[in-house]
Amino acid sequence: MVNAKPLVSIISAGMSKFGKHDGLLTRELFAIAAAEAFSRCPKLQPKQDIKAMFIGHMGEAYEHQGHTGSTLADWAGLAGIPATRTEAACGSSGVALRSGIYAVLSGLADMVIVGGVEKMTHRTTAEVTEYLAMASDYPFEQFHGITFPGLFALMANAHMHAYGTTEEQIGMVAVKNHYHGSLNPKAHMQKEITLQNVMGSKYVAWPLKLYDCSLITDGASCIIITKPELAKKYTDQPVHIVGTGQASDTIGLYERKTLTSLQSTKLAAKTAYEMAGVTPDQINLAEVHDCFTFAEIMHYEDLGFCKEGEGGKLVERGETRLGGHIPVNTSGGLKSKGHPVGATGTAQAYEMYLQLTDQAEKRQVKDAQIGLTQNIGGSGATAAVHIYRRDQ
Amino acid sequence: MSTVEPFTIEQFYKFLQQGKLMASKCQKCGKIHLPPRPLCDNCYSQQFSWIQVSGKGKLVTYTIINVAPAQFQALAPYAVGIVELENGQKIPGMIQDIAREQLKIGMALTLDFGTCSAPQQWPAWPRYCFKP
Ligand SMILES: [Zn+2]
Repeated sequence: MVNAKPLVSIISAGMSKFGKHDGLLTRELFAIAAAEAFSRCPKLQPKQDIKAMFIGHMGEAYEHQGHTGSTLADWAGLAGIPATRTEAACGSSGVALRSGIYAVLSGLADMVIVGGVEKMTHRTTAEVTEYLAMASDYPFEQFHGITFPGLFALMANAHMHAYGTTEEQIGMVAVKNHYHGSLNPKAHMQKEITLQNVMGSKYVAWPLKLYDCSLITDGASCIIITKPELAKKYTDQPVHIVGTGQASDTIGLYERKTLTSLQSTKLAAKTAYEMAGVTPDQINLAEVHDCFTFAEIMHYEDLGFCKEGEGGKLVERGETRLGGHIPVNTSGGLKSKGHPVGATGTAQAYEMYLQLTDQAEKRQVKDAQIGLTQNIGGSGATAAVHIYRRDQ
Repeated sequence: MSTVEPFTIEQFYKFLQQGKLMASKCQKCGKIHLPPRPLCDNCYSQQFSWIQVSGKGKLVTYTIINVAPAQFQALAPYAVGIVELENGQKIPGMIQDIAREQLKIGMALTLDFGTCSAPQQWPAWPRYCFKP
């Protein structure tokens, strides 16, 4: 049994339903997530106990609303505390979590709420495509018509060429994650799909098709972290974070040495694994950043769940499906649960909190002790990896 | 000697407009930057010289953009790729004058200075592309 030393402990977590929330503003959506986290933990007195907030939020263009750190603290009933927004595109709240850990470990804040939010569905697909593309290099990628799916398609093609990964294997990620999402009452899409559905869907950027892309979703998520020695004052069932890693890479995909893996993920994972004293084979379940199905295959390899080039076979053998030896994206992932970009990193932590406290219901991974989350920004210029352990 | 042009992305595109593909070479460590940078990411030197680079290279990876941003919708579907130039630098761009079935990783491509136009307010840069 792994008994890694906790860095911080999660005492509560909250998440709005992911989906289409007509008529709600970002701040109102976040208040829903905060309310769940507060009510799950009756011993918590938010105004007295919570000393700082870190929030992941990518785009002010959606609502003409910047300055969202303090806005969200205000609407979560926490005005007064220092509130900081972190922006790392789709990795914004993975980075918020990392920042919250810095704050607790520094001793400046005993208890911190970290979270994220994005309200996207009231905009047209063209607008959302434009806003999301801002996470990639402007002068050489966006300027030349390379879209966000396009960047992952460039990596997918390179991977297929180097290792023989197939479009079918890539599509199997979508089938698996939709199956998991069908078991998650908070997922955006709660229905299973077939490989034929994926293969028959229209190309967005060859070899990636519509069903290979994550969803445009509204949602908010948060967790409350504190010093490990304080956790039991608030809950009998904390979840411990035992490793954290964050790394960066060139903003331009074209400047990287390899196109078949993400150096940022590898660096962040190495730091987190070493801190936790855990090896990849000890991970019982993971939530990884499947912004596009192909990305999940690459993440398996970068996180050490299989050898380089064998990610396609891992999903094909069903090893990352519920019941397999390392279930990945039991929440449904970005593909089926949805991808409100700023909320995704802490939504992964929310799933880990449920799984490691046996509250994941139909999608519960039995006897899970150690979990991992991996959240990336853009085409991988940011990666944040966290490792979680059940309380013993 | 005349004044040296600034080592900026803006200047890189100005050279392209003149039909020249230019990179900067760090005078301290010798690293070549394409696009140029004002600070060498290897040795932190700020001293560079311009070198002209061949526009010939080979295709490292590609995709076909079917769902395009508003600005590029008139061109869709179009091919984009990353090309490794003869000197080892990689650069992305659109690939034109080739049928989709003929695109192949490893194929030879050459940078074409002729502009592919898409309307926009900023920046006023020429849009190069690659051709067989
Ligand atoms: Zn140098």
